[in-house]
Amino acid sequence: MITQLTRNERQLAILISLVIAIVGLMLGLAGRDDPIGLHGALICATGILVIALVGKGYFAPEPSDERLTRYYDDPSKAGIVLAMVWVVFALAIGDWVAWQLVYPDLTFGQGWSSFGRLRPVHTTGVIFGFGGNGLIATSFYVLQRTSRARLPDQVSPWFVLIGYNLFCVIAVTGYMMGITQSKEYAEPEWYADIWLVVVWVTYLLIYLRTLARRKEPHIYVSNWYYMAFILVVAMLHIVNNLAVPVSLGSAKSYSLFSGVQDAMTEWWYGHNAVAFFLTSGFLGMMYYFLPMRAGRPIFSYRLSIISFWGITFFYMWAGSHHLHYTALPQWVQTLGMTFSLMLLIPSWASAGNALLTLNGAWHKVRDDATLRFMMVAAVFYGLTTFEGSFMAIRSVNSLSHYTDWTIGHVHAGALGWVAMITFGSIYSLVPWLWKREAMYSAALVEAHFWFALAGTVVYVFAMWNSGIIQGLMWRTYNESGTLAYSFIDSLVAMHPYYIARAFGGLLFLIGGCIGAYNIWMTIRVPGAATSKSGDLPVPRPGAVLTPQPAE
Amino acid sequence: MSIFGFHYKLERKAIGLVLGIIVVASIGGLVEIAPLFTIHQTVEDAPDMRLYTPLELAGRNIYIREGCYACHSQMIRTLRDEVDRYGPYSLAVESKYDHPMLWGSKRTGPDLARIGDKYSDQWQVAHLNNPRDVVPVSVMPAYGWLLTTELRTDDLPLHLKAQRKVGVPYTDEMVENAALDAYGQSNPDAPQAEGVAKRYGKATNVRPFDGLPGRLTEMDALVAYLQVLGHLTDAATRPIAQAGGGK
Repeated sequence: MITQLTRNERQLAILISLVIAIVGLMLGLAGRDDPIGLHGALICATGILVIALVGKGYFAPEPSDERLTRYYDDPSKAGIVLAMVWVVFALAIGDWVAWQLVYPDLTFGQGWSSFGRLRPVHTTGVIFGFGGNGLIATSFYVLQRTSRARLPDQVSPWFVLIGYNLFCVIAVTGYMMGITQSKEYAEPEWYADIWLVVVWVTYLLIYLRTLARRKEPHIYVSNWYYMAFILVVAMLHIVNNLAVPVSLGSAKSYSLFSGVQDAMTEWWYGHNAVAFFLTSGFLGMMYYFLPMRAGRPIFSYRLSIISFWGITFFYMWAGSHHLHYTALPQWVQTLGMTFSLMLLIPSWASAGNALLTLNGAWHKVRDDATLRFMMVAAVFYGLTTFEGSFMAIRSVNSLSHYTDWTIGHVHAGALGWVAMITFGSIYSLVPWLWKREAMYSAALVEAHFWFALAGTVVYVFAMWNSGIIQGLMWRTYNESGTLAYSFIDSLVAMHPYYIARAFGGLLFLIGGCIGAYNIWMTIRVPGAATSKSGDLPVPRPGAVLTPQPAE
Repeated sequence: MSIFGFHYKLERKAIGLVLGIIVVASIGGLVEIAPLFTIHQTVEDAPDMRLYTPLELAGRNIYIREGCYACHSQMIRTLRDEVDRYGPYSLAVESKYDHPMLWGSKRTGPDLARIGDKYSDQWQVAHLNNPRDVVPVSVMPAYGWLLTTELRTDDLPLHLKAQRKVGVPYTDEMVENAALDAYGQSNPDAPQAEGVAKRYGKATNVRPFDGLPGRLTEMDALVAYLQVLGHLTDAATRPIAQAGGGK
C-alpha cells in the first residue's frame, strides 16, 4: 500500500504522524499520574508505528501516473477488514455482558470486566467500530463511482481511516480503565472528542473535494445521505460534548450543561446518533448496493427526495421522546412525540422505496443470500421505525421506558437493519474490490444469513417479552391498593428471557464469525480474477496520462 | 417550478446540499433546546439546594466510572406507581448541579434518585462488596476493590474549580479545603471534620461511611454519594404551591 503513495505523500504521511506522536508524548507527560497518560502513550505509539510503516517503504519506487486512471480503493479494503474485526470483537463483548446478567460472577471480580464498563465497549464497538468503518469504507467506494472521479489525494483517506480507528481504540480502552463521560453513545472523554472533530472535518473535506471533481452533473442520492451523516454527526458531536477538563493532564471533564438542559442535549444527540449515524449513513449504503445487486433502478426518485428531507428535518425534533414524564417541560415532550409520529412517513417512504426496487428481482432475493440480507434489512428498517414511532407515544412510553423493550427495539434496528444492510453491502463489495468473481463460499453467506436472522428474532422476542412483563409488574397493584411486586420479583422474572437473549446474541456472533472467515478466504484465496467492466473514473482534463477506454 | 424541479437543480450543487442539510437539521434543536436555558420555569427555585461535598463529588465520579448509570436511573417519573415505589417524582432543580446529569435510560436495577438514607451504610458497603451477600438473586457485579482502594484526593481542588467553571457555586474556601474536607467527612473524630458542616451545611453526613475510620477509601466516597441522593433539597417533598417554578 505504501508503494501506491508518491514521494510527497510519503513525506506528508510521516510529517502528520510525527505531529501526532509529539502530541501523544506531551499528553502522556502531562498526564503521567492519570489514566490519560496511557492514552498519550498509545497515541504516540500509533504515530511512531505509522512512521515506521511508511519509512520501511519510503525508498520504494514511486507509482506511475497510471494510478490516476483508476479509483483509489485501498482505504476501502482496509476499512472492510477493520469493520469485520470490530464486529467480531464487539459482538463477543455484547454476548459476554448478556451472559453476565444470567451469571453475574462472570466478571471474575475485575473492575475492567464489570457490566457497567463493558457495556459501552460493546455499544461503541458495534456502532462506531463496525458501523463507522463500514460507512467510511463504503462511502469512499460509492462516492468515487457515483461521481466518476478519483479521491482527491491518497493521504487524507488514510488519515480519516487510521485516525477514526485510533479514536475507537482510545474509547474502548478508556471505558475499561474507567474513563467515561457517562453520556450514552458519547462516552469518550474530551481529548478523544477533539481528535474526532479533526478526523471528521478531514472526512467532510474529502467528500466535498471529490464532489467538486465529479463528472456526473447530479449528486447521487447515496451521497446526500452520506453527507447528512457526516455533517449532522459533527453538529451533534460538538454540541453534546462541550465540557471543561479538570486539567490538561486529566482524563476527566465536566459537561458544560447540567440537569434538564444536559438531559435534553444528550437525547437530542443520542436519538440523532441513531438518525444520522445508524439511519442516514446506512440508507446511503442501501441506495447504492441494493439496486446494484438487484440489477434494478431505484423505484422512485421522488420518494427518495421526500424521505431524505423528511428524515433530516423530523428526526432532530424527536429526541425528547426519551424523556416522557420526566422533569423536562411537557411542551418539549409533546413536540418530541408529535415529530416522532410524523417521522414514520419518510421512514416508510425509504423502506418502501427499497422493497419496491426489488419488484422484478424477487427470484434473485430467493437465490442470493447477499441480496436477501439487504431485503431483510429494509423490512427490519420498516418494522423498527414503526415500533419507534409507537414507543414515542407518551402512554406507550410510560410502559416501555426503562425496560428491556427499549433494548429489544434498539437491537431490532441494530441487528436487523444496520448489521444486515452492512453485511449485504460488504458481501457485494468484497468481490468487486478484490476483483474476484464471487465470494469464497456462497454456502457460508447463506449460513451467515440464517444465523443472523435467527439470532435477531430470538433476541428481539426475548426482549419484547421481558420488557413488557417488567413494565406490567412494576405498575401492578393488588386489591389493597399497594404495589403487587417488589423490584426483585421483576428481576427474577427476567431470568429465562436473559438466557434466551444471550443465546440469540450468540447465534448472531457465530454468523459474524462465519462472515469474517468467508471474507478473509475471499481475500486470501486467489480466484478467477475479474474486474467489473467500465469501473474507471472519467479522466480529468490536464491529467498527465491519457487513459485508454475501459477494456 | 415544482418542488421536484427545484430539487433537480439543488442536487447539482454540493454547497447547496450542505447548506440545506445544516439549516433543515438545525431547526429542531434550536426550538427545543435553546428555550430551556431562557425560560425561568424550566428549573424550579430551591433556596435550600446544597452542593455536593468533595467526597460526594468523588463518589459521583466513581459512580460514573463504573457505569452505574447503565442499569440505574435517577429520574422518578410523574406516574403513580413510580411515586409509590421510589418516592416523590424528581424535579429539574434536583439535578441542577449535576454535570452531567445521570437520569439514566434503563432500570436493570431500581431507580436511585431517592436511595439516600433508605439503607444503612453497613448495608450499602456489604451490598457493593458483594450484592449477593445481602440480595441473593441480585445480578449486580461485585465491587470488592472499592473497599481496598485509597481515594485519590490531591486533585479534588482542580475538580471543584472545573465544576465552578461550568456554573456550580463553589467558594474559594471550598476549593482550597477540598482534599481536607474529603478526609474530614469520613473521619468525624479528626480535626478536619469540623470545617465540612460549616462549609456545606449542617445536614451534611459526617461519618465513617465504610466503617473504617482513619482510612479514606473509594467505598467511603461512593457510599457518601449514594446516601445524599434525594437529600440535596427538600423541594420535592414541599407542598406544590411552594415548590412550584417561577417567582
